Amino acid sequence: MSEGIVTASYIGATVLFILALGGLSNQETSRRGVMYGMAGMAIALIVTMASVTANMGILIGGLVIGGAIGVVLAKRVQMTEMPELVAILHSLVGMAAVLVGFANFMDPGRLEHYAGVELTIHDIETYLGILIGAITFSGSVIAFGKLSGKMSGNPLMIPGRHFINLGLLLGSIYLCMMFVDQSAAGGGFMPLLIMTGIALLFGIHMVMAIGGADMPVVVSMLNSYSGWAASATGFMLNNDLLIVTGALVGSSGAILSYIMCRAMNRKFISVIAGGFGTTTGGSSAGADVDQGEVVALEAPEVASLLAEAKEVMIIPGYGMAVAQAQHIVCEITKALKAKKVNVRFGIHPVAGRMPGHMNVLLAEARVPYDIVYEMEEINDDFPNIDVSVVIGANDIVNPSALTDPDSPIAGMPVLECWKGTTTIVLKRGMATGYAGVQNPLFFEDNTRMLFGDARASLDAVFKNL
Amino acid sequence: MKIGIPKEIHDGEKRVATTPDVVKQLIKLGFEVAVESGAGAEAHFSDSAYNDAGATVVEGTKSLWDMSDIIFKVRAPEFNSALNVEEVDLLHEKQVLITFLWPAQNPELLKKLAEKKVTALAMDSVPRISRAQKMDALSSMANIAGYRAIVEAAQHFGRFFTGQITAAGKVPPAKVLVIGAGVAGLAAIGAAKSMGAIVRAFDTRPEVKEQVESMDAEFLEVDFEEEGSGTGGYAKVMSKEFIEAEMALFMEQAKEVDIIITTALIPGKPAPELIKDYMVEAMKDGSVIVDLAAEQGGNCKLSEAGIVKKVHGVSIIGYTDLPSRLAAQSSQLYGTNLRHLMTDMCKAKDGNLVVDFDDEVVRGATVVKEGEITWPPPAPKLSAAPPKPAEKPVEKPVEKVEETPSALGPIITFCVAGLGLLGLGSVAPASFMAHFTVFVLACFVGYMVIWNVTAALHTPLMSVTNAISSIIIIGAILQISSGDRLLMWVAAFAVTITAINIAGGFAVTRRMLEMFRR
Repeated sequence: MSEGIVTASYIGATVLFILALGGLSNQETSRRGVMYGMAGMAIALIVTMASVTANMGILIGGLVIGGAIGVVLAKRVQMTEMPELVAILHSLVGMAAVLVGFANFMDPGRLEHYAGVELTIHDIETYLGILIGAITFSGSVIAFGKLSGKMSGNPLMIPGRHFINLGLLLGSIYLCMMFVDQSAAGGGFMPLLIMTGIALLFGIHMVMAIGGADMPVVVSMLNSYSGWAASATGFMLNNDLLIVTGALVGSSGAILSYIMCRAMNRKFISVIAGGFGTTTGGSSAGADVDQGEVVALEAPEVASLLAEAKEVMIIPGYGMAVAQAQHIVCEITKALKAKKVNVRFGIHPVAGRMPGHMNVLLAEARVPYDIVYEMEEINDDFPNIDVSVVIGANDIVNPSALTDPDSPIAGMPVLECWKGTTTIVLKRGMATGYAGVQNPLFFEDNTRMLFGDARASLDAVFKNL
Repeated sequence: MKIGIPKEIHDGEKRVATTPDVVKQLIKLGFEVAVESGAGAEAHFSDSAYNDAGATVVEGTKSLWDMSDIIFKVRAPEFNSALNVEEVDLLHEKQVLITFLWPAQNPELLKKLAEKKVTALAMDSVPRISRAQKMDALSSMANIAGYRAIVEAAQHFGRFFTGQITAAGKVPPAKVLVIGAGVAGLAAIGAAKSMGAIVRAFDTRPEVKEQVESMDAEFLEVDFEEEGSGTGGYAKVMSKEFIEAEMALFMEQAKEVDIIITTALIPGKPAPELIKDYMVEAMKDGSVIVDLAAEQGGNCKLSEAGIVKKVHGVSIIGYTDLPSRLAAQSSQLYGTNLRHLMTDMCKAKDGNLVVDFDDEVVRGATVVKEGEITWPPPAPKLSAAPPKPAEKPVEKPVEKVEETPSALGPIITFCVAGLGLLGLGSVAPASFMAHFTVFVLACFVGYMVIWNVTAALHTPLMSVTNAISSIIIIGAILQISSGDRLLMWVAAFAVTITAINIAGGFAVTRRMLEMFRR
């Protein structure tokens, strides 16, 4: 196939990818968007495969095996496990970037194509591709471990960790210089390998230091990295399709990280530097003060409160996902709607472990998406709400974020449910949230607690409705 | 504790401080209620209705005042000519008096109350904060006054309010101008509007524009910029220039409208004169002015408190007892206001009143506490105008930190980025720069596209970007034809894992998007 046709197909694939992302601007166009994305991928694959001269069998074998595994994974995964799946898939992109980088470096034809400045630039591209790929890989694996509960969600705080990071960074720069020097002479394998090791360590260390509440940022940041890795690989291979796609994915992840950081009122740097959600909250002034008494309710009382209300706002958090309570929430919603109660959902941007996690869970339970609102859309409505139901959420409804400037979550925008008539908080016990901050909401006059597992509690509420 | 409801003695006062409905609620709070015989008669609440609600009906004013721990009244204490005694002198030590008191206008009365060593709460001094709205008797009375003002105007206006086309000819709708769109003004707007009139409203406070327009009335504005909001939701005195512009507007309107309702009051000051002689003269014969501020001197100098006057063919109504003219309704609302205050002051629901000065509402309303004058209270700082004034101080410092460097920030960023690009361009070969162009443009495209993605679809966004970032598979495919066995296997492995990613990413995205439905 001629170079022109290949390029033309790549342009087509690029446009289709952009349309795929553009389609996600709303729910109606999103399904078409995914079709565009698949079409783009198919075009890119077929055109590229047409230039394969040997080992076609192995290639197709790899595609089929990989594809089959992917489809099975996608079918089997629980919606509550989406963050883990996304994290592990990111690691695969990272690993692929490393492998492609090494393969490219080991390609004997390399020194024939490039010389002088071009060789230097090519080497730096290779080096960067492997570096970012390796960080993405190890970071994603750790993120997967943390998200799936195979690892503790607490941040690991090695003393002087900032200096370790700085040292690793300087080390990689030095190795890069060594690598460029040696590769011109045909060597350079050793620095590259050492750098890969360093990058893997760096990825592990970086994600280990980040606490559970910051996981949405980490996941979207790794998403971004996987894009940059693809982009760097594209530079290395002189392939614009890879560059563009990588850049699209990279900026997508970067924007998501930014949105998540803004939703927590945190600086990106401080999230990456880690250390959020540890004992810092314990020393906060509010924690020790006796805040008054909480008023606990039983399920039948909650049911009657809900049935008598006109405006109900449900605020789900990660606890709903853990308890798998989204289906019963949907049942309750239906029952209340039948009673002419206006039920809406208020979603905080960082609720859950991944951007948009709550939306996916509610959609899985078949909650219609037009009653699911973002924080900014509904936060001003709370004074008109009769009953707010907080399910397994804590920090995102913490009034001290607005009132206590010393609080670790000060300035973070929160759902102001306490402005409504009554707030019902479903919780297993009085433990603090990920930020480790006591929540004055629980002690408000108009707050009622329903203790117990969210699903069991809601089942009981539903029976009483 | 026992709450006593004496009969109002003010001439023409028909209201009563508590209705049978409210009595029931008070009893639920743990209070006993005693009602003077005939107290509710003028408002059409019979003694037997009070009895049925659980109150004891007491004969004789004096015995009622003696037996009660708390006295609910409407009007401030005055001279009781029937018993030839000052009502203040009927009070005894430790008693609590809750009524309209107008402490600013009645300093003598405050002194007398203090001498009697009683506690007195003035319903007109309940601070106008959102929590206290349910106890805000001024608002509930103003609401009734505004409604009644339209009824009185209709009474004296010789025409329809609503427009009609009849067989006997066309009837134009009445034009009503409401000056001062406070609670009374808005109630008047609503009443006039529902009777079919064309309603215009004027107010110096720009924030009420929305409220006026929400009632489907026209909001008049003067060509002059000045913020008229004072503290506590009231208006303040305006500058000379503003008043001139305002007068010109009223003159213009006076020629046109049939009915003017004035409700302009400034706390602690005589009512501003808004409708001058020449404006009344300019009005059509048969027009009506209702001056709700007549008691405070009147928005129209020609109005006289308590009566209806005809000047230049215009009926000027100066009634000061509009709420009393809807006695049953206003007694009900006033009684409910009192009951809410009781709920606030008797949190234990054990029938014991607690005068808690930490409660902003109680602090504001209490003018005499156990013989000590506690008026005026420390000023409440909240105005009704800005929706969340309390939170602002918390948010500000956070924003400041971010905003200060932003003036210089972009310039530095652009300079650094520009220099970086120049530096790159000076060493990099042309082919690299071409790719770099594509890269930078793609970043911007991504930036634009991703901001449009709805927050609800962020998870599908991540899984789909994950799938398409596996485009890296192309790199692996290009290498798989290599003759080197090791290279070939490395590439094959890369193909396999990226294929997992492609298939898995797209499949799971589709699965998720299928679930999003209305």
